[in-house]
Amino acid sequence: MKNKTLLKNSKLSDLLRSREASLLLVLILLCAVIQWRSGGKFLSGTVVSQLMQNYAYIMVLAFGMLLVLLIGGIDISIGATVALSGMSTCLLMRDGIITNPALAYGFSILVGAVCGLVIGVIISKGNVIPIIATLGMQYIYRGLTYFVSGTLWVSADKMLPGYKAFAQGSFLGINNLFWIVLVVFAGILLFLKWTGFGRQIYAVGSNADAARISGINIDRVKIIVYTINGSIAGLAGAMYTSLYASAQGNMATGTEMDVIAACVIGGVSLNGGLGNGVGVFLGAITIAVISKSLSLVGIDAFWQRALKGAVILLAVLINVLVQRNASRKALEGREI
Amino acid sequence: MAETILELNGITKIFPGVKALDKVQFDLRPGEIHALMGENGAGKSTFIKVIMGVHQAEEGEMRLYGEKVNFKNTKDAQKAGIAAIYQHVTAYPHLSVAENIFVGHLKRKHGLVQWKEMYQEADALLQELNADFRSHELMGNLSVAQQQMVEIAKALSLKAKIIIMDEPTAALTKRESEELYRITRKLRDEGVSIIFISHRFEDMYALATRVTVFRDSQYIGTYDVDKITNADLIKAMVGREIKDLFPKPKVEIGEEILRVENLSRTGFFKDVSFHVRKGEILGLTGLVGARRTEVVQTIFGAEKLSSGKIFLNGKEVKIKCPSDAMKLGIGLLPENRQIEGLILDWGIGRNITLTELGKYVSRLFINENLENSSSKDLAEQVDTKAVSVFDKASSLSGGNQQKVVVAKALGSDFKVLILDEPTKGVDVGAKAAIYEIMGDLAMHGYAIIMISSEMPEILGMSDRIVVMCEGRVTGELSREEATQEKILELAMAKQAAAEGSV
Repeated sequence: MKNKTLLKNSKLSDLLRSREASLLLVLILLCAVIQWRSGGKFLSGTVVSQLMQNYAYIMVLAFGMLLVLLIGGIDISIGATVALSGMSTCLLMRDGIITNPALAYGFSILVGAVCGLVIGVIISKGNVIPIIATLGMQYIYRGLTYFVSGTLWVSADKMLPGYKAFAQGSFLGINNLFWIVLVVFAGILLFLKWTGFGRQIYAVGSNADAARISGINIDRVKIIVYTINGSIAGLAGAMYTSLYASAQGNMATGTEMDVIAACVIGGVSLNGGLGNGVGVFLGAITIAVISKSLSLVGIDAFWQRALKGAVILLAVLINVLVQRNASRKALEGREI
Repeated sequence: MAETILELNGITKIFPGVKALDKVQFDLRPGEIHALMGENGAGKSTFIKVIMGVHQAEEGEMRLYGEKVNFKNTKDAQKAGIAAIYQHVTAYPHLSVAENIFVGHLKRKHGLVQWKEMYQEADALLQELNADFRSHELMGNLSVAQQQMVEIAKALSLKAKIIIMDEPTAALTKRESEELYRITRKLRDEGVSIIFISHRFEDMYALATRVTVFRDSQYIGTYDVDKITNADLIKAMVGREIKDLFPKPKVEIGEEILRVENLSRTGFFKDVSFHVRKGEILGLTGLVGARRTEVVQTIFGAEKLSSGKIFLNGKEVKIKCPSDAMKLGIGLLPENRQIEGLILDWGIGRNITLTELGKYVSRLFINENLENSSSKDLAEQVDTKAVSVFDKASSLSGGNQQKVVVAKALGSDFKVLILDEPTKGVDVGAKAAIYEIMGDLAMHGYAIIMISSEMPEILGMSDRIVVMCEGRVTGELSREEATQEKILELAMAKQAAAEGSV
């Protein structure tokens, strides 16, 4: 065994063969087609900045979902968590209890964290499978949203001006909400790649039995991950309500599907253990581009949903085919 | 006499990265029970799957009644009158026995299932086999032995003339095995030819007239059972004299490190006590169902203890989860390394550092340079054959995977190492290497508990041997007094007495 060879690692070919490279290709292709079909309207400053502003909360949610999917779980309650945290924050603002936008964001994150913690405990200690646990909690959180608000709305004039202005403001030419996306993105990248806990998350999702025998406390990992995901959903709740300057009981319904789609497009495996921040970021942008562009291209509103689904599937398919090709090439290179 | 009904020649099967069968041959005569023997990983199961059409051979030919055949899938093989009963029963636990028997060839008239006929026919088949259950029973409620009977009934319902049994006795008690022998002989007398795969000598002596041996994916030879000696057969299977295989060094045995007293886990084992000392290799053996794995998993905190005490260096300790055990210095190398030992999709290095990630983290972040160089050192310590520490664990052979699991344990400061079937599914060359590593570890002062079902391994490597039977310790032997016969006697000691009482 030569000392040098055991540490060899070809970074460049890995990069080119990576899922993210093929996904970037798909995204560029998609943008090109839209640019062409929309008669050059798509890639303009206004549309792009609107896209970043309006879909920021989806992108943030995708990073939380990434963590959950990585441990082999799923969370379909995040739409309801967004609503509950956003609503309760806005209610407190209306009643004059929260008087500071930063405090509002903090409170919303806290509500989300509690929601996530409850889910994590149910899943790990109660041994309920994640889709069922979050299905149940989705109804509970949505119901709570209506309960705390008395089915009333919180309208724009009841909110703090600073809270609303934050979502419209920008820093260095980039919308504040998108800054949040970038910060969360950077945080997730660091967290997953460079911390011990990040590594444990991958271990639990790749092989829970082996992780347990390796001394990892699986329940603890699960609870923390669902709590982080909940906090991110709480953050998204504040982003959502400050963006739309209104809080309604049915807000963000169905968001979880866009978020899960973003992750899947981004190469996250629903079986756990596979996926990363870069892929999810690209996947979330892809979802945002698809959602935003359909109306631009002039497609009938009735068809937009169906087409969205078709484009999502297409993006996943292309990515899978490119990947399969790459891994076949890798196998061929192996000696027998 | 020389008439053959099934003949295979020059069969070669290649899986990515490994030659599973290398020009093997086999022949089967009418009304014969032909044993197929070999160590784990010799290629027996793959061979069966080639016969059954599950795998297609790259080279070689198969002749049935003298005619060349080429099965594309199991259905083809079944149509030709060949049925296989696999090592792990492949049943549908939520369906009835009758449905399990007729699955794939349900009795139908005008497109509707003929339930009454099916139950009647299934009952008739079961009766023929002297089964003590009826065809309405749910498959999941049956014991392993009963489920195997269902599999045999299924083969009969297909009018199979050739039945292949892959390690059918592996999970059976002695009495159940005898019952299986009886049925197997009955089938033979009715003209069915049987290929019986096993690595138990008693199976072969009880049933077979001829035995074919595979080793390391190759054909070694076919012998008449009454003409070959035990020693010659072992030599054929293992490829060398047993004593060369075990390089057990003389080690000064130190003070007691781990002691367990009256460990019990309801439904699994009861009153298990033993101890292991510094530098000592304690062999823990018994037949399948002796609950050895359960005992060590419990010591390691992976399973819950009902009662009993664990002492480390003379002090009582409480172990609630694997991380407790590891903090105390107890490491476990699990039996099923592909499921519990390694994350196959990960590189070797990351697998090695997983247990002690904390060592490589400074100020919250992992120091990758340190991680890579440490894991490289550990991998080299056990002489892992790989290109780099970034190679995926799945790309390694069984033996090298096991070395990685050992390296993983070496990264932590363990005092006690529990090795559960350390050489299972490992080829002969790598086995010797693992034995050497074990000897090394003992010399470095580790207290080692080795679970093994392989008699030569237990006799060759252990300083002391604890034998279990059905959840109880039935005896302890020193290296000097231990013989194969004594161990077997203890391993079957409580068969009658302990039934149902744990």
